[in-house]
Amino acid sequence: MKGDKKYIVLFLLPAALLMSTFVYYPFLRSVYLSLFRTSGFFSKTYVGFDNYTRMFSDDMIRAATLHTLEIMLYVIVFQVGFALILAVLVDNIRWGKGFYRTVFFFPIVISGAAISLLFVLIYNYQFGMLNGALAKFGFEKILWLSETGSLKAIAVPTVWHYIGFYFVLFLTAMSKIPSDFYEAAKLEGITGFKKTIYLTIPLIISDIKVVLILAITGTLKVFDFVWILARGQNGTEVLGTYMYKKAIVDLNFGYGSAIAVYIVVFGVLLSVITNRLLKKEEVTY
Amino acid sequence: MQQSQAEAPLSYSAPRRRRRVETGQVISYAVLTLWALTTIYPLFWIVNNSFKLSTDVMNNSFSLAASFDMTNYINAFDRINILKSYGNSLIMSFGTVALVLIFGGLAAYIIARFHFRGKSIINSILVATLLIPAFATVVPVYDLLIRWKLVNTYWGLILPHTAGNLTFAILVIAAYMSTIPKEMEEAAFIDGCNRFNMFTRVFLPMSRPVFASASIFVFLWSYNDLFSALIFVNKDSVRPIVSLLNEISSQYGTDFGLMASAVSLTVIPVLIVYLFIQRFIEKGMTEGAIKG
Repeated sequence: MKGDKKYIVLFLLPAALLMSTFVYYPFLRSVYLSLFRTSGFFSKTYVGFDNYTRMFSDDMIRAATLHTLEIMLYVIVFQVGFALILAVLVDNIRWGKGFYRTVFFFPIVISGAAISLLFVLIYNYQFGMLNGALAKFGFEKILWLSETGSLKAIAVPTVWHYIGFYFVLFLTAMSKIPSDFYEAAKLEGITGFKKTIYLTIPLIISDIKVVLILAITGTLKVFDFVWILARGQNGTEVLGTYMYKKAIVDLNFGYGSAIAVYIVVFGVLLSVITNRLLKKEEVTY
Repeated sequence: MQQSQAEAPLSYSAPRRRRRVETGQVISYAVLTLWALTTIYPLFWIVNNSFKLSTDVMNNSFSLAASFDMTNYINAFDRINILKSYGNSLIMSFGTVALVLIFGGLAAYIIARFHFRGKSIINSILVATLLIPAFATVVPVYDLLIRWKLVNTYWGLILPHTAGNLTFAILVIAAYMSTIPKEMEEAAFIDGCNRFNMFTRVFLPMSRPVFASASIFVFLWSYNDLFSALIFVNKDSVRPIVSLLNEISSQYGTDFGLMASAVSLTVIPVLIVYLFIQRFIEKGMTEGAIKG
């Protein structure tokens, strides 16, 4: 149409300006800043890749990476695993599907901060829900947020928070499988557990892949739970909280930016690897 | 399921199989209900405790609240001014939603319905943007906001949140708009619509469902984001509810009743709204995930 160019530019401009100012420019600037040693806002000296070499000898970043990977393991096994099991179960029950959908999904709408505070109360040593229950049945109280157990204690709300999300994704994928697939299977005598393993799961494999990538890259953004429940202490430091401490608390922008770049590269690598490992023929029906 | 009934006359083993299916169903319901309890009971526990005095919470957190004691709620409103944070949260999140829908809608319209050079590049850039987390932009954005004197103002959170959510919104809305039939556009053109009127009179009304689900998603994302809030809006007068919760956990960590009432006050309104618009939320979130 005549005069389209004007509209193309006009309509794209606000979004382009906002995103350039608050996403693209800052991202490039972070990469640039990661090559400097900074103190506060004003002084910075170019140090090349010093910040990156420093990362290799930084014990904290190794610990933070390992903690992030540990949470990732729990997320893959328990979050994605439970979500899949729950979705299979709900897909096969006769009534109450809507009820379980609603109940399983609702933690998602609650902020991580509120859930963290809830778990502060659940884990509390003196009166918390868990120790209250233990005391009631005559057991010893347990220090849930201890030096050795904190990371696992934090993984619980992290996993719990998003199970419902993946559950709904799986359930939606399952509802798209045409019923003649199941009818054919029934004629072959394939039902129950076998049906799940040989039919349902292979048919939703591409959705499982999407969920795994979402779960893995999502773990790199974990912040709220670790920050509110433990402030990154007691062996719970993850990449997000460590970056926050270095860049914002210590105002060490250069090193903080290097950690941020590391998080991005790590995330891209992990999604590429996941994609490769799960490469399979896409199922279309 | 119905399968076993339909098959019953054909097969001798039907009664036994039917019983097996029944036990399967019973186990399914047991597992599902158990999981449902893990999501319902903690909330019940915290709301219940919010109506007790802190000493009663400590003595027996499982007993039912004997009466609706409002002390904790009065404290939440008086001592930590939870209402102010609520207001801040709503202003900033609704502001973000409005800007994302307007600017995202305009850009999505172009990407969905126009052919021009560089379009495929723009598409690739948009998808790649999804891989940039807030960690990788926070320092320069903070620097910018300080220079523009926007730190600790509502704009200080609205602008970065808007920019951060535009990618998702543009991708989802454009995907929806590209399914609108071309005939609609042609008819409007013959009726004398220019491009702008076509956007406001044809594409906006027809894309209402995707705008609804995108706005819910953007709202939740903005409302629940602690990381940016801690950095860009940390003063009492502007901080949103998530920062306040963070503050409570460090400042009032021993006032159990107050903590319980703060969590209840944050969670209950969201839950009530959720029950009403649940369908849109699930749709928006799942669509966003698949597209992303």
